[in-house]
Amino acid sequence: MSVYNQPRRRVIQLIILGMVLLIVTRLFFLQVVEKKYSKLADANAVLRKVVYPSRGMIYDRKGRSVLRNDVMYDLVVTPSSVKNIDTAYLCQILQIDKEEFRKRIVTAIIKNGRVRQSVFASLLTPDVFGRLQESMYLFQPGFELVQRQIRSYPYSAAANILGYIGEISSSMLEKSAYSAYQMGDYLGMTGLEKTYESVLMGQRGIQYLVKDNLNRPQGPYEKGEFDTAAIAGKNLRLSLDIDLQVLGERLMRNKIGSIVAIDPQTGGILAMVSSPTFDPNLLTGSYRTRNFSKLFVDTTKPLFNRAMQATYPPGSAMKPLTALVALDEGVITPSFGFPCSGGYYNCGRRIGCTHHNPGHAANLRLAIANSCNSYFVHLYRLEVDAAKWGGVEKGHQKWYEYMSSFGLGHRLGIDIPGEYRGYVIDTAGMNKRYPGRWSSCSELYVGMGQGAVSVTPLQMANAMCIIANRGYYYIPHFVESIDNDNSQLLKEYKEKHVVAHISDTSYRSVIYGMEDVVERGTGRSAIIEGVAVCGKTGTAENNAIVNGELKKLKDHSVFVAFAPRDNPKIAVAVIVENAGYGSTYAAPIASLVMEKYLHDTISVKRKPVVQRMLDFVTMDPVVQAKSKLDSLNGATARLTTEQVLNIYFPNKTK
Amino acid sequence: MNDRQQIKLTQGIDWPVMGLYTALVILGLLSIFAAEHREGDNVWQNIVHLNKNYARQLMWWGVSLVLATIIWLTDSKFFTATANLLYAFGLVLLLLVLGIGKDVKGSHSWLVIGGFQFQPAEFTKLCTNLALAKYLSSLETDFTKLRARLIAAALALIPAAIIILQDETGLALVYLSFFLVMYREGLPGILLVIAFSGIILVLSALLVDKNILFIIFSVITALVIYFNRREIRRSRARLLLILAVWGFCSAFVMFVVPFAFTKVLKDYQVRRIEVMLGKENDPKATYNTRQSMIAIGSGGFWGKGYLKGTQTRFDFVPEQSTDFIFCTIGEDFGFAGSVLFLGLYVALLFRIIFIAERQRSTFSRVYAYGVASIIFFHLAINISMTIGLAPVIGIPLPLVSYGGSSLMTFTMLIFIMLRLDADRQMVLR
Repeated sequence: MSVYNQPRRRVIQLIILGMVLLIVTRLFFLQVVEKKYSKLADANAVLRKVVYPSRGMIYDRKGRSVLRNDVMYDLVVTPSSVKNIDTAYLCQILQIDKEEFRKRIVTAIIKNGRVRQSVFASLLTPDVFGRLQESMYLFQPGFELVQRQIRSYPYSAAANILGYIGEISSSMLEKSAYSAYQMGDYLGMTGLEKTYESVLMGQRGIQYLVKDNLNRPQGPYEKGEFDTAAIAGKNLRLSLDIDLQVLGERLMRNKIGSIVAIDPQTGGILAMVSSPTFDPNLLTGSYRTRNFSKLFVDTTKPLFNRAMQATYPPGSAMKPLTALVALDEGVITPSFGFPCSGGYYNCGRRIGCTHHNPGHAANLRLAIANSCNSYFVHLYRLEVDAAKWGGVEKGHQKWYEYMSSFGLGHRLGIDIPGEYRGYVIDTAGMNKRYPGRWSSCSELYVGMGQGAVSVTPLQMANAMCIIANRGYYYIPHFVESIDNDNSQLLKEYKEKHVVAHISDTSYRSVIYGMEDVVERGTGRSAIIEGVAVCGKTGTAENNAIVNGELKKLKDHSVFVAFAPRDNPKIAVAVIVENAGYGSTYAAPIASLVMEKYLHDTISVKRKPVVQRMLDFVTMDPVVQAKSKLDSLNGATARLTTEQVLNIYFPNKTK
Repeated sequence: MNDRQQIKLTQGIDWPVMGLYTALVILGLLSIFAAEHREGDNVWQNIVHLNKNYARQLMWWGVSLVLATIIWLTDSKFFTATANLLYAFGLVLLLLVLGIGKDVKGSHSWLVIGGFQFQPAEFTKLCTNLALAKYLSSLETDFTKLRARLIAAALALIPAAIIILQDETGLALVYLSFFLVMYREGLPGILLVIAFSGIILVLSALLVDKNILFIIFSVITALVIYFNRREIRRSRARLLLILAVWGFCSAFVMFVVPFAFTKVLKDYQVRRIEVMLGKENDPKATYNTRQSMIAIGSGGFWGKGYLKGTQTRFDFVPEQSTDFIFCTIGEDFGFAGSVLFLGLYVALLFRIIFIAERQRSTFSRVYAYGVASIIFFHLAINISMTIGLAPVIGIPLPLVSYGGSSLMTFTMLIFIMLRLDADRQMVLR
């Protein structure tokens, strides 16, 4: 039997070997040839978790942090991975209905597509977050909790300077500049947050975790060998004085306008107020989107940073610059006088002057102090018609170049985005505006800061720095230093810009004139005890088209100043829109700001001035009625006049 | 004999089989441990409290070894004498399960005895093997006769039929392994060829559209008739045979398979078959196979190292310590380890065949071939299903998968064989 059946034994052995060979072949393809399985295994079991570093802090000039970092969580969704989850339970936790759930999924798909993450519910309240975290494994992998850095602002101030953080948009993601970001990341959208995004964001870390079949993390993958640590963002140290900023915002409440204060010796901005403003805390947290739309549509345009985005005719504040050019070009000496009797008639039409008494423009110093219109339009004419130019075209262009070197008509290059350039007419512009023939008479108003010239408050303040420094400036900026940073980011702000080599004597005459403005001229309301303040009032005429008609509106109140006269520490420009004379509102506000900065306090004597400024309302009642801002505005609206006064004059009330 | 046994207990034991048996059981324990162990677990406490499958498997191995010792100390004549009785007892157990059995994971095949679950379908493999050996070795049996062949087939298929009623199709399939034994004992080889062709037919019926298959069959038949036209002229029978084959294949494809799929097989079985054939991509149905293939495939050539696998350790593969235990070996030890592991089985199977062929008694030879066939079927089906070559039918990997019934049954199968082999000089009919 046994011998007879020998071949059958072989057959059975062959069957066994054949089957095993089949298995081994299959295994060979599965394990050795095909590489996708190890990738699939990693996708299965390795959780790639982005660790967000804490965003860099921002400190003011005295080392006070103007914002805080809070941690909140977003619920993000990858629509394609949402399968077999308990929708009703998730809705219950989030307190939304099924319709809303469906709507949000659809929105997510429209916004970022099916396979990319979108925010499903942003900035969860601690309560919702707690409940979600407990049962998160039920909703994974379609849903994830993602940590978010949220800013909060203890001073409720400087909203337009600091900017806000928002979720990256899909259009931004397509640009190479944002290649380091992922869908759902937050980044600086405006202000300093945007300009200094690269240093503030720090370096994101990546942590690899092993997860089980229910996506529950089970511990570090390969003992964290492949992890990269997150590096915290670098801190910014600003020239901003947050106290001064808060004071400025309070003084400007119920008014439209702006304050810019710069340290002339460094170009560092001490305060930049644009009014109306808003509480920066509105643009963080769960209601960011809703608040943003409110701010965006508000009639008073709080998101518009008037300090560097609005342009105004400078008015008489321009006159010191006109004088400097005339002195430098040698067309006048400081003793030059003009026989003004209340008007300028040399160009065939009358240009009015507020002063009639003869001798009010007997020399430069007097002309500045009395703000004689005739004197300065005449200076402009003398400059451009000077014989050495051989024609008005070249003369005007030379004047334009002076204005340009004073920082007018172009962007200064401040370190927050959105700066406007303003406008100064050049010769090409004149040729266009007056085709054929034009003369020094055509736009002579520019000599007194009206006509074809418009500037931002920032440019005005910067021009004051030039005069204060007697001929140089630094590009106005907020950031003085970045902790542990050796990049060249701040290089351009450390560079001295020397303006047109105008002689010290020329500056001296103009500065004495400006000192007289405050001492005994139009700017007496800016006097600060014990400080030599040099200033210039301005009353800028302006027109607007109302109901299709060009209508003359109430003048803007303008005041520019610096102090002290020697070794100046602060240069200011204040504009209060449609408020009338520069001396009435802009000058007192500027002087309060300067006093606060120089003395660190405001003298008790000036309490009535502060009160008057706080209570004063220039905002158009119609605009104000339409504005919803009162309910939004944090820093300035929450307090009554008495409460604000108590902050600055505590002893008096006790 | 008794005297000698007392002198040396291990007299006559086949050490290669003993060694391979021990190696596989230990590998099994290590794999179950790898599938379940989490960093920080207190292993000793888990073992003492029987908290984990590896602890319980260790206990079952202890029980199995006790059974093995008892078998080793039993006279080999006992097994020939009680074979039919045990078979009857096994059938009673199976029927009992149909009545008072308990449902575990979708199959009605478990008995609960004192808190322990027991699967008689495993145990009856042993009984059937003994009964078949007994029948084929009987002097009255003439296996060249059809009657004997039908009786032998019935012996194997009756328990299988009851087990199918218990919804444990996988284990029932294993009973087909006895046909391998019958082939060794004289069943015509053409039957194996027909069975193989049958499988091909079923697979093509599932994979290819039935109308296209019908056309293909017709074309092939036409060609065959054309090339055989001279023979056909000589004998009409040849033509009838060809046409009969054509008719059978066509009818099978057109009617039998669709009927089986809609009326006979259960939904989940149909789905599993379709998944295996790649016809359906339902992620739920493919999940097991897919995860298993990911686990094995991610092992690469050298594997991730023991306890380093991410797939098998974190519950991605279901039934990790029972039906899909091979994933652990594939992932942790890679292609090299898997081949070595399969090598152990091949060595065991070849050694058993070697043992079978050296027997003087037909009973011992048939029995040993039975053991080899059962182990081979389990091995082939189990591993094929983990690598996507076979539909997921839950049958364990012999000696390695977690499961008391399975481990005990295989231990007893092997040790009875060892006992018989030790007594191969005796005449056992």
